[in-house]
Amino acid sequence: MINQIKEGLFISLNAIFANKMRSFLTTLGIVIGVCSVVLMSTAIKGVDNSFQQGISSLGSDVLYIDKFAWFGNEEFWKMRNRPNITFEDYLRFKSLAKLPIAIAPEAITVRNVKFRDRTAESIFITGSTNEFLATTNFTFKSGRFFNEIESDGGRDVAVLGYDIAENLFPNLDPVGMTVKIGGHSYYVIGVLKKQGSTLLGSYNPDKQVYVPIKSLFRHFGLNWRSIIIVVRAPNSQLLEETKIEAEQIMRQIRRLKAYEPANFSINQQEGLTKIYEQTVGVIQIGGLLITGLSLFVGAIGIMNIMFVSVKERTREIGIRKAIGATRKVIMTQFLLEASIISLIGGLIGLFFAIVLSYVVNQFIPTSVQISAVILAIFISFFTGIISGLAPAYTAAKLDPVESLRYE
Amino acid sequence: MDQNNPVIIEMKNITKTYIVGLEEVHALRGISLTVRKNEYIAVMGPSGSGKSTLMNIIGCLDTPTTGIYRFNGIDVSDMDDNELAKIRNKEIGFVFQTFNLIPRSNALHNVELPLIYANVARHERRERAIQALVNVGLGDRINHKPNELSGGQRQRVAIARALINNPSIILADEPTGNLDSKTGEEIMQLFEELHKKGNTIILVTHEEYIAEHARRIIRIKDGLIEADEVVNNRKVYA
Repeated sequence: MINQIKEGLFISLNAIFANKMRSFLTTLGIVIGVCSVVLMSTAIKGVDNSFQQGISSLGSDVLYIDKFAWFGNEEFWKMRNRPNITFEDYLRFKSLAKLPIAIAPEAITVRNVKFRDRTAESIFITGSTNEFLATTNFTFKSGRFFNEIESDGGRDVAVLGYDIAENLFPNLDPVGMTVKIGGHSYYVIGVLKKQGSTLLGSYNPDKQVYVPIKSLFRHFGLNWRSIIIVVRAPNSQLLEETKIEAEQIMRQIRRLKAYEPANFSINQQEGLTKIYEQTVGVIQIGGLLITGLSLFVGAIGIMNIMFVSVKERTREIGIRKAIGATRKVIMTQFLLEASIISLIGGLIGLFFAIVLSYVVNQFIPTSVQISAVILAIFISFFTGIISGLAPAYTAAKLDPVESLRYE
Repeated sequence: MDQNNPVIIEMKNITKTYIVGLEEVHALRGISLTVRKNEYIAVMGPSGSGKSTLMNIIGCLDTPTTGIYRFNGIDVSDMDDNELAKIRNKEIGFVFQTFNLIPRSNALHNVELPLIYANVARHERRERAIQALVNVGLGDRINHKPNELSGGQRQRVAIARALINNPSIILADEPTGNLDSKTGEEIMQLFEELHKKGNTIILVTHEEYIAEHARRIIRIKDGLIEADEVVNNRKVYA
């Protein structure tokens, strides 16, 4: 058998190199197919990575009590009529809640941030208390978050997200500088390290500025707007209990009767993850299906050319049979030839995919996974086998007398 | 010919019927034939006589419709494709009019091929193939491809290939048909040597002067053996 496979390899390589142009064109389909499948899986992996990073900067054990539900089917106009969550609600909640390790209010406005002649436009300015830091996993590049005194006093101090600091202070440490936020002077006390973005653009800490909430209210008069209460559970196991407690306290604050529906929503990133998984699942299946289609087209190309090859070599097959090649031997020979063409295509495709993944990397940080490489090699090999099956079978059952007579 | 030599081929009442469209074509209509070891037979007949069909059945490329065919005592009339392939590989050496070499492979690889299908180890294969090429006088051409060889040389490669597995019979179908008369004569001389060394040869031809190299001539007509005669005035070689 080993002899036969070696002979098969020899014949296949011979045939492939004897028809270089044809082999090249045949492989092209597989090259494109494998390349796109690998690139697609790489891109999906990249999206996934950046999402997971963003998720971890949000914290998996954090609840967001909001007027609006972030996900789900509740109608927006109904939620609009809910009462706002006020700063007073936050204070009462804080005094009643026992489980959370950190509770912070969150109010957001969009303003321009300026330093000298440089401007960062339409930046999310988050107002909160010093406790906000404990609801996140933030790490600092320099400086610190605002402390209790600055928070309670509503001092004009600001913590900048990584990208904003990079933008406004290209070669300068911003800490100790004064920036203008919506025309008001703020003293920069800290800069965050790069946190990575979530898919929800507004939750990219790198593009945000954090200031004491009282300062935000004083300058921008947002008291009338609904705020969000950020609640962090001691750990993710206690998240559910924390959520139940939060719901009870909110109902108590709102004086809701048992039969009345909640007029607030408790959001958590689990909802985000669910939505994300659904969306990405669809993209993944769709993407792989479409790219898989190109692989399929490639396979048909190989099948086609293998049929031609069998036809062309009818006489050769006759000779081989006359001198003792069995059906199995002929079958093996053509299957090998098809899978070698396909495998060569797969390797070339893989090479292009790896090169192109550096381009993709510019948009979505990612790299080709080893698993994708192994998968691509297997896929191309088996594509070859499958597309070679019908032609090889045709060759194997050729009648030696007829094929010896074939011109 | 020694009547005590073992029987290699024993055919009894072989018929072969093809169905072409709605019509039945009786290519062979009852052939009985015995071939012993070290015979040298020429099969003759006009085209359409059924001699090609007979050769295909003798060569185990095809099976008879009815009748019994024993090869070395084994009934091969009902064997399947794969079993026949093994018989062809080990017992029959084919030499064709059109040489039928694999065009992209060199002489050595062409001669080696039956041994590959017989699962002979690489080293032994090489050695035997080279020896076979030396025996037909092509020791200096082993790396040449068929298109780099003359017609006579190609036929020698084919003969080397036919001999490589020490077959029970050599089946030559118009071996000189594509060669000029001088080269043809050289090839016939090679067959003569092979016969002297003890090989059994069956030769298909429609040239009387080629057939006269053999010891026995079988004439086929309309699917039947018309005559089976011993050659008296054999060609003599210089």
